[in-house]
Amino acid sequence: MSLLSNTSILLGKELRTEFRSRELLTTTAVFILVVLIMFSFAINPTAEESRAFGPGLLWLAILFAASLMLQPCFLREQNNDTLSSLRLAVSDPFAIFLAKLVANTLFLLLTELLMLPLFAVFYNIPVLPQLHYLLLILFLGSLGVSTVGTALSAISAQARMRELLLPLLLLPILTPILVVSAIVTVKLLDRDPVVEWKGIGFLAVFDVVFLTALWLFGEYLLEE
Amino acid sequence: MSKRILLGAVAVLLVIAAAFASFYIAPLERTMGALQKIFYFHAASAWAGMDAFFVCFIANLLYVWKRKPSYDWVAVSAAEVGLAFTTVVLITGPIWAKPAWGIWWTWDARLTSTFVLWLLYVSYLLLRSLIEEPDRRALLSSIFGIFAYLDVPLVYGSIRWWRTQHPQPVIMGGPGSGLEPTMAKVFFFSVLAMHVLMIFLIRERYLLEQTSSEVELLQREAEAT
Amino acid sequence: MPGTPPKSPLAAPTQTPTALRFENIDKRYGGLFALRGVYLEIAAGECVALAGRNGSGKTTLLRIASRLVRPSAGALSFPDAATPATVRPGYVAHSTMVYDELTAEENLVLFARLQNVDQPTARAEALLHELSLHDRRKSLVRTFSRGMRQRIAIARALLHRPSILLLDEPATGLDPFGFAWLSRTLRDLSASGCTIVMSLHGESEISALATRALRLDAGKVVADTKSGASLHSILTFGGA
Repeated sequence: MSLLSNTSILLGKELRTEFRSRELLTTTAVFILVVLIMFSFAINPTAEESRAFGPGLLWLAILFAASLMLQPCFLREQNNDTLSSLRLAVSDPFAIFLAKLVANTLFLLLTELLMLPLFAVFYNIPVLPQLHYLLLILFLGSLGVSTVGTALSAISAQARMRELLLPLLLLPILTPILVVSAIVTVKLLDRDPVVEWKGIGFLAVFDVVFLTALWLFGEYLLEE
Repeated sequence: MSKRILLGAVAVLLVIAAAFASFYIAPLERTMGALQKIFYFHAASAWAGMDAFFVCFIANLLYVWKRKPSYDWVAVSAAEVGLAFTTVVLITGPIWAKPAWGIWWTWDARLTSTFVLWLLYVSYLLLRSLIEEPDRRALLSSIFGIFAYLDVPLVYGSIRWWRTQHPQPVIMGGPGSGLEPTMAKVFFFSVLAMHVLMIFLIRERYLLEQTSSEVELLQREAEAT
Repeated sequence: MPGTPPKSPLAAPTQTPTALRFENIDKRYGGLFALRGVYLEIAAGECVALAGRNGSGKTTLLRIASRLVRPSAGALSFPDAATPATVRPGYVAHSTMVYDELTAEENLVLFARLQNVDQPTARAEALLHELSLHDRRKSLVRTFSRGMRQRIAIARALLHRPSILLLDEPATGLDPFGFAWLSRTLRDLSASGCTIVMSLHGESEISALATRALRLDAGKVVADTKSGASLHSILTFGGA
């Protein structure tokens, strides 16, 4: 199907561009690290508090990092107006969005995985026992962040003050992800771990809702 | 002109009547006394605000579909009016909470969700202010508005779940607390009054937006020549 | 009156099929008209030169023809095409529309694959050879000179062998080699039946290829060689 083949070709381009410079990955990873450290300075948690607050702070750090990482997404395409050549070349404009949101999800997940060991050390939370569930939650949460973030990045790229605007638009809309992911992760990493399938299901619903909305309305974001 | 004045007069009269009813007709609530009467104002505003945002959502969908500027004028008007009502909710909540619980804010589920709702529509208006070209502004803000409205049930659902994890005092009684018949009548009358006010305000704001768009058009045409 | 619909059904019988039709097209940005009431029929195989001051609407006209921009009113159609919905004109814009952070080869292969061009790598190679960019094919476009970038930009538009080619001031930035190549390429394309619409400034070897010329002013077509104006007068409008 041409949507899938176009998407995979564009995904290849997104990945190749990023892995060549690794700018986004390194800056995002370092940013999450900095935020996590600063939280410790600000709150100075005890061991029990670390366990209770840590996961929430991790998700907060991920959201802040994402709101910066997603800015170049469509801004880059304004150099040399490559967005126009993409629009001319693809048969379904959704391919452009799909490729970018898959790439962004991958980048977010990679930085989260890089940060996980450091998070486990700084906050004294063992993550290995529940790693598979943790990965599932990170994946569903990051997918939601990327989907909404990619759409809003296309919008803010066309407005003034775009660097401040994207976080301002993104963070309120992502409240459900922050709230649910934090709860689910806290319970998962508790001394008596619990897998909250209700929360995981909620994240999946969030992802489906916004993927569908992007599919329906994305092409209008690219109109001239 | 006279239709506008009539609608405005009706709206104001209904609101005054509702206030009168809530103070003099509705009975005193058992535990809270007179303080509880803020509830009529608070909950009716919440309802009117939500409905204004629904109007904005429909206007957003219609604009994306039909591209008529008047739909965009309805959208911005409804968003601003919705935001005004929501601000009332956010102010009356703490006004009730302080004497009742001794603290201004308790991260109560409904109030917190309302706060996020407020942030969403502040973002909507902020986005609009940062796009100059009217057609672009209308299209991009409509899509953001659609995304924001789709988020609303998710926000309410997630925060409600959040609060079941860490129960806190609930402002003005939980969902289970029923309304005594006279109270219910006064409440629904307040809701009606707020809705009429909402319609009046949206219409006035729409007419303002219509005029200012036409002026903007003339300005741009003048600048171009 | 140029640029308006023919007055009667007998007015302009066309023997050659119409490749591109602008039917009463308006384009407004806010209140400002970039194009106003444009009616044009461009026959298959015509090579049309588009002239006009900056801001006269040439770029908007080309962007609408490329289907990047939707008209505010009126319709664009491709009457001659077998499947009008899938018509993909080649388009060369003011920007190069290629990625600086990819190599020349990667850029061309990317766009060729997206458009389902047969044997995309071979096609990219062939164009790179023609453009004498083959030895720089593995260099990032960021390192290219202005002339080389313009060559890559034009190559990108030609990848899928379009039957309609739209060019916005294509000679800008080209060095003599690039200019000669462009001139040759356009001549060959025109000879093989490609419909070409190009916006130009002044007369040159390239404008000499034109079989028709139009002048736009303030979003309207004000002169057309089809209605009797001379090529020379349209292209040189008194030095304005």
